[in-house]
Amino acid sequence: MFQYAIRRLFGTLPTLLLIIALAFFMMRLAPGGPFDKERKVTAEVEANLMAAYHLDEPLPMQFVRYLGNILRGDFGPSFQYKDFTVTELIWGGFPTSLKIGGMAILLAAMIGLTLGTLAALKQNSAIDYAVMALAMTGITIPNFVVAPVLTLVFGLWLSWLPVGGWGSWSQVILPTVALGLPQIAAIARLTRGSMIEVLRSNYVRTARAKGLPEHIAITRHAMRAAMVPVVSYMGPAVAGIITGSVIIEQIFSIPGIGRYFVQAALNRDYTLVMGVTIFYGLLIILFNLAVDLMYGLLDPRVRYD
Amino acid sequence: MPSTPRTAETAATGAALLEVAGLDTVFATPEGEVRAVNEVSFTVAEGESLGVVGESGSGKTQIFLSIMGLLAANGRASGAARFRGRNMLELDRAALNQVRGNRMAMVFQDPMTSLNPYLTVRRQLTEVLVQHKGMSEGAALAAAIAMLKQVQIPEAERRIEMYPHEFSGGMRQRVMIAMALLCQPEVLIADEPTTALDVTVQAQILELIGELRRASHTAIILITHDLGVVAGLCDRVMVMYAGRTVEEGPVRDIFYSPRHPYTAGLLHSLPRLDETKAERLVAIPGQPPNLQRLPQGCAFQDRCPRCQPLCRSERPMLRQIEPGRTVACHRAES
Amino acid sequence: MTEATMTSAAAPEEFVGRSLWADAGRRLLRNRAAVASIILLSAITLAAVLAPYLSPHPYDEVYWDFIAWPPDLENGFYFGTDENGRDLFARTLYGARVSLMVGLLATLVSLVIGVLWGASAGFIGGRVDATMMRIVDILYSLPFIFFVILLTVVFGRHIVLMYVAIGAVSWLDMSRIVRGQALSLKRKEFIEAAVAGGVGPFAIIRRHIIPNTLGPVVVYMTLTVPNVILTESFVSFLGMGVQEPDTSWGVLISEGARTMETAWWALVFPAIFLALTLFCFNFIGDGLRDALDPKDR
Repeated sequence: MFQYAIRRLFGTLPTLLLIIALAFFMMRLAPGGPFDKERKVTAEVEANLMAAYHLDEPLPMQFVRYLGNILRGDFGPSFQYKDFTVTELIWGGFPTSLKIGGMAILLAAMIGLTLGTLAALKQNSAIDYAVMALAMTGITIPNFVVAPVLTLVFGLWLSWLPVGGWGSWSQVILPTVALGLPQIAAIARLTRGSMIEVLRSNYVRTARAKGLPEHIAITRHAMRAAMVPVVSYMGPAVAGIITGSVIIEQIFSIPGIGRYFVQAALNRDYTLVMGVTIFYGLLIILFNLAVDLMYGLLDPRVRYD
Repeated sequence: MPSTPRTAETAATGAALLEVAGLDTVFATPEGEVRAVNEVSFTVAEGESLGVVGESGSGKTQIFLSIMGLLAANGRASGAARFRGRNMLELDRAALNQVRGNRMAMVFQDPMTSLNPYLTVRRQLTEVLVQHKGMSEGAALAAAIAMLKQVQIPEAERRIEMYPHEFSGGMRQRVMIAMALLCQPEVLIADEPTTALDVTVQAQILELIGELRRASHTAIILITHDLGVVAGLCDRVMVMYAGRTVEEGPVRDIFYSPRHPYTAGLLHSLPRLDETKAERLVAIPGQPPNLQRLPQGCAFQDRCPRCQPLCRSERPMLRQIEPGRTVACHRAES
Repeated sequence: MTEATMTSAAAPEEFVGRSLWADAGRRLLRNRAAVASIILLSAITLAAVLAPYLSPHPYDEVYWDFIAWPPDLENGFYFGTDENGRDLFARTLYGARVSLMVGLLATLVSLVIGVLWGASAGFIGGRVDATMMRIVDILYSLPFIFFVILLTVVFGRHIVLMYVAIGAVSWLDMSRIVRGQALSLKRKEFIEAAVAGGVGPFAIIRRHIIPNTLGPVVVYMTLTVPNVILTESFVSFLGMGVQEPDTSWGVLISEGARTMETAWWALVFPAIFLALTLFCFNFIGDGLRDALDPKDR
């Protein structure tokens, strides 16, 4: 399996390269240089600045230089935050984003699996319809609609939760829920469908025929099988959380990478935009690979060749 | 309300173990009700072996799924199925679970899909013992390995740690049989245990079942569409058609002098080694009827060589023609 | 008897010839959610088109006396005004115009690219197909939103960019579906007959492949439109999409979220419209998918 993992890792390199190349060339194609917002400088100073940032070299060479830097972990300096390099900023914001993203996905998995299983067990009952309706809502309505509405209801009208800020536990609830809701919905729906099918299967029938109590038939026999599509979904789920975090961090003023990204995009901080894009791209690729490998652990029939 | 016919007397081997009286199973489908099992009654005694024969759709499997409480969500069973006096159809799930897998066990048709692909064979075997006999994992493992050896699985100690997909079809069926017998049930229901297997393996499995029965005096109910399978293994045979019993009796009698035209038809469509004269195989013409639109009168009417106007207007009731034999036919041969 | 529901044995059925589309249409009309969605969506579209006539106030005029004014039927501010004193009803309808327009046009862009790419790959087959689909696979794993944002940073916030950029990242699924269809159709007899009859490849694509692919494509289009609207709203919400004084629902929701405390209606009304529109498209898409799927539910 180890060999398989290494081989797959190499297989992801073209994708990664593509991401970096796309990001890089798009940035360089942008009209206007990085110093346009600055005070007007003389031609000489500008030429020096360009040389210092290697912006006077031919594009392909700049690209190779950039690649080399990335391999050393250097994404370049931020154009916005003059005293920081992109790497420092990403490293600074990552723990926060990880915290909220991680919690969101854990919440999504736990609640989604539970609701989906419940709906499958009580198929076509009121609970089933309620869960499905909730799932439909969570999937359809975007999180930048849900987040402000939840804040309005729970923060302003009911005053149960604080409206913004970051630090205390109560401040964490709203953003986590808003971020995780679409995934809760997707996982619930997926689990329900998968569980319904598994509950009809012959091996669950055998489990019952053996006189096993229903809760064992479900947790030990049905869940293992039902979870497989959910595990496969984890890849897109994480991608969804990452994308969602960009907006959620903005709305709730959470100092994570997502917020840096938005600010960078608005202020044309090219290096930061590229750095974050590449970083997140890499994260998604690695996570997909991990999910792939986990799949093999779950299903004993999978063979690696 | 039709009177429940007297079932054949129980075999001399023991008291009645399973008494089914007037079992009805109905499924609610979007197209209407489907009566899969109609007023079925029979008895199985201790140590006795009953063969239940019929085409697909005859209801033979649904009878036992009903008794074991394994019907699909849209099915409802009514009547009585008394196991040692307790009506299985009235038991709640907890009580049912005390009987299932423990005192009455079932082996299903397709071993590939009937075993959980995500759990080791070991897990699937030991859990039965842990659940019903309160054994520890260690004791259960030893017992499971012993049982695997008894069903003739080579290298049982090693193989028990494997997953079902690593076994061949015949071995999987043996595993299922082992799983069913672990708690030494009083009744073993085998639903088409050999249909999904190669011919050579079929014979082995049947032999295995026969041996186990002799060793442990378990009552066996063998569900099959193949009369040939029944011949070697069963004491009594019950023939099903369109959800009803059409004939029942000792195996020898049924084979040598079938009374119902359907049974006769089944027998004639069997190739037989013991006949010196080469007889033409006769298949029964036509198709089994649509269970939602059963004709008035006998369900076999369109395919029966002996059909008469009476057969089309009045359904024949199951009646005893000899001690121990019942037939449902207006034209049962004498 | 391992099926969950016991179905009756085959009964002879009457065969009445029915065209696939008429059949599908009938099934769709029986789906109440889909029908309600079609009606609602038509109403919203109509309202968006007729916006100037429906609203007593223009969408970009500032009413200094009515800043952050709650919904007020007398003065004609049906949805109230925003923090700048602009009529929210008019702005919501104009936002509808932009959002629906982007939805439609970007979907068309993705349709064109996707269909061409997929049909060619499927029909040509072989190495070309494999390469084209590998490219799709690689592109699929890229985080779209980031690239849309990247594009807006690079090319500025032009409305046409929205159409192109969003369409350009949404065509991948469409191409996969079309390619699948093309592959299976290629092997069918009537295609062979056409080829044997000397019909040129492009005519075949036009006359045979495309009409038969239409079903899944239509279904997929109705599911792409909400995704596209969502992407546009997302980007607009962040302030990188549509520019002032134009507005889209994303922008309105963003503004409304900012002024939640003083003017909650500025958030709620555009949010309701966006949510309803997305729901409608999803129900219609699901309904179409069920209607065109020959298997029974």
